[in-house]
Amino acid sequence: MSDRLVIQSVTKFFGSAQNPVRAVDDLSLNVRENEFFTLLGPSGCGKTTLLRLIAGLESCDTGKILLDGVDIAGLPANKRPVNTVFQSYALFPHMTVADNIGFGMSMQGKDAKDIEKATADALALMRMENFGARYPSELSGGQQQRVALARALVNRPKILLLDESLSALDYKLRKDMQIELKRLQRETEITFIFVTHDQEEALSMSDRIAVMERGRIGQLGTPQEIYHRPVSRYVADFIGICNFVAAPSLGLSESGHIGFRPEDATLLIREGQQPDVAGPIVHGKLDALSYHGAVTYYQVTLDSGETVTVADHEKLPVGVDARVRVALLPDMLIRCAS
Amino acid sequence: MRLSSGTKLLLPFLAVMTVFFMAPLCIALGYSFMAPDPMGGVKPAFSLSGYQQFLYSADLDGNLQWDTRYLEIIFGSTKLAVMATLACLLIGFPMAWFMATRPAHQRDAWMILITIPFWTNLLIRTYAWILILRSNGLVNRGLLETGIIDAPLELLYNPYAVGMGLVYSYLPFMILPIYSSLERMDWRLVEAAQDLYATRLRILWHVVLPASVPGIVGGTILVFIPTIGSFLAANLLGGGRNMMLGNLIENQFGMARNWPFGAAISVLLIAFVMIGLMLIARRGQGLKGVVG
Ligand SMILES: Nc1ncnc2c1ncn2[C@@H]1O[C@H](COP(=O)(O)OP(=O)(O)O)[C@@H](O)[C@H]1O
Ligand SMILES: [Mg+2]
Repeated sequence: MSDRLVIQSVTKFFGSAQNPVRAVDDLSLNVRENEFFTLLGPSGCGKTTLLRLIAGLESCDTGKILLDGVDIAGLPANKRPVNTVFQSYALFPHMTVADNIGFGMSMQGKDAKDIEKATADALALMRMENFGARYPSELSGGQQQRVALARALVNRPKILLLDESLSALDYKLRKDMQIELKRLQRETEITFIFVTHDQEEALSMSDRIAVMERGRIGQLGTPQEIYHRPVSRYVADFIGICNFVAAPSLGLSESGHIGFRPEDATLLIREGQQPDVAGPIVHGKLDALSYHGAVTYYQVTLDSGETVTVADHEKLPVGVDARVRVALLPDMLIRCAS
Repeated sequence: MRLSSGTKLLLPFLAVMTVFFMAPLCIALGYSFMAPDPMGGVKPAFSLSGYQQFLYSADLDGNLQWDTRYLEIIFGSTKLAVMATLACLLIGFPMAWFMATRPAHQRDAWMILITIPFWTNLLIRTYAWILILRSNGLVNRGLLETGIIDAPLELLYNPYAVGMGLVYSYLPFMILPIYSSLERMDWRLVEAAQDLYATRLRILWHVVLPASVPGIVGGTILVFIPTIGSFLAANLLGGGRNMMLGNLIENQFGMARNWPFGAAISVLLIAFVMIGLMLIARRGQGLKGVVG
């Protein structure tokens, strides 16, 4: 697949000359055609700024933004074939839902007939056929969200930008919208760039993820790559839970730290019990356990003094303060720069 | 009857409203139905003469004759007030836009600048315009000395001078409400419109203007009502030649000593304004469903 968007060494400063803030710092990445691409990172790492640079709502201080090979860095927002679903939805309060959705096409001077048809199609795509005549204030949060989506998608942009679009929704609605968004992306075949600070959401929805760290890309890869082969401790810690212990504590003859995910270790509670797969085994004491339904987390303090978390599907017959052993899956050990 | 504590708290306010607003209106309404006393004041007898005088004048024999002089004054004042309000809107909107788009710390300074004229009495400020516009005033002297003209222009004592005086006096009342709606406007809507291919002009029309409707309505009310009843600008800058409703009312209580007629004009003016406000409020109800 070819690249839809290429960002080359883009930097964006905020603040004064004496005290500049590099919101985006010499950042490069590529987004492919028809890809569900996610920008993931903690609050303040520059995700929104990067989206606004792509949309044209901010201008880059250095670097290039290539859309289908053409540099659009100098184009104003209203000339870029890119649309945004804003975090606040930003629906026009004085226009009906249908007028909101038709706004982009009408600003492009499209035919009234085409606008009407496209608006009706977009409402149908969102399963909101009967809401065209309503005003945004008469809709629930989830419905406003879908109108904001329809308003952007109806223009068939080359890229759809979504800024933390789901974070305002409650848990259940959010799960539904995650599925809905994936469906829309598949059906419309539009490239999505989705911003979130929720690693679970990123893992479950994305074709590829860029983990951002202070205005830079920490790692860019598929969810599996990011999860199982994080290139840095920052990435490993940001995505899910990751235990890091000194290699000698695991009886390994190397230096540095070794990481492993809670589910890549087994808790051995009986003397002489053997793991299914042979690998490093370390001794320790059970400190705490927390039951989460599908999984139970066991917090173990190793004899080396380090604390690790182990996950098991079962609630094992073991109590706090018991002596236990932790067996690691050798193939799943994470070795990365600190 | 026992009053709820909320109502009790309202009592001082209601008392003030009654004394300062309702009582004068009731007195004006009562006087408008009485007969004039040639020495000033009213004779306590029912009479429709105050209202009759609008349309008819009595000749020496006491016969009533159709007379359009006062209708012309009403028409002229309304026209002048409409023009002044429009001019305030056309000048005030860009100024309010300018203020609202300054960085936050500069906006307060602009607010103070806008309100500085209020530190001086309106009479003095209007009088100052005479010094500027009269035949040997600032403007004419400047134009003469630079040789642009060779005889002073007659800038004073015409409807334009009155209109200019009105615009000058009431412009802040247009700027401030518009500024306040623009300042409260959700600028993310502007970005959304930009993202959706709107040009600057279209953003102004489709997003900014609708958001500033409450300010425009408020400013229009605040400018139109005082201008249609004003008399200072017409007196000083119009030289009494361009009579407005306000001058007419002032005259009846002053030189003409026809209080019932003055009261009747006031009552009609109030009725006119009230009907206008009610129409706006009705529209406002309709708009509310939209703006939510
Ligand atoms: N308009 C702005 N003016 C000054 N600083 C800004 C502005 N926008 C963002 N920043 C700064 O840039 C950094 C990145 O912000 P942002 O892109 O909003 O992060 P995120 O969306 O990942 O939370 C933050 O430190 C933020 O304070
Ligand atoms: Mg953000």
